[in-house]
Amino acid sequence: MEYVWYGIAGVLGGVLGGMGMGGGTVLIPLLTIFYSVSQHTSQAVNLVSFIPMAVVALIIHLKNKLIDFSRVLWIIIPGVLTCIIGCYIARAMSGELLKRCFGGFLLILSVFQAITELKKGKN
Amino acid sequence: MENTKNGQKNQRNSKRLNLYAALTGVIAGLINGVFGGGGGMIVVPMLIMLLKCDPKKAHATAILIILPLSLVSGLFYALFGNLNFQVFIPVSIGVVLGGAVGALLLSKLSNKWIIIIFSAVMAVAGAKMLFF
Repeated sequence: MEYVWYGIAGVLGGVLGGMGMGGGTVLIPLLTIFYSVSQHTSQAVNLVSFIPMAVVALIIHLKNKLIDFSRVLWIIIPGVLTCIIGCYIARAMSGELLKRCFGGFLLILSVFQAITELKKGKN
Repeated sequence: MENTKNGQKNQRNSKRLNLYAALTGVIAGLINGVFGGGGGMIVVPMLIMLLKCDPKKAHATAILIILPLSLVSGLFYALFGNLNFQVFIPVSIGVVLGGAVGALLLSKLSNKWIIIIFSAVMAVAGAKMLFF
């Protein structure tokens, strides 16, 4: 039965992600707040469950020529290096501290998202 | 003469854009690694504002950038023993099903108020995690 509940969390995260809202930022708080999954595990699950959806989305976007390849390697190569550093930083943190930091990050992101959306409306 | 001037200008411009690109990568990578997500929400505005990417292409391009980062971060989280398969497998199946529904809904109801209400809910979730 708990598998069904986990599946439902995935569906909710996926629907909002597919609509272009927050993606992973939905699934992580869902899992930690309502399912009491640890912060580190929620983040790991979010990272990996994003991959199959991203591959499908990329194939569609490639067909529609919606990808700008200029300088992507300039972004990806440093990004891969710093994400490894980031993983070690997360590992060094307690679940409690990581959860609070994530909460702060989420709060800033959502305010930013709301402001961007309100500004769009003026045009 | 004019041509060499323009050439130098273009070269400088190109170097500056490379630097911006690297900066975007550094920030996206750190966030992806530390928080296990949310990197895309940083990459999209940076692509548009710093790298002059066409806004229509920014969302798709961000997925191409985040995909390798998530692969590498996911691998490290798994190596650290944080990937719980009993949670991961049902959630992933749900994400794929939900993602397809979300992509279909996107064209039908991309209302700005839905996004604003959603942002408010996320802000509450963020505050709860931060303070309680």
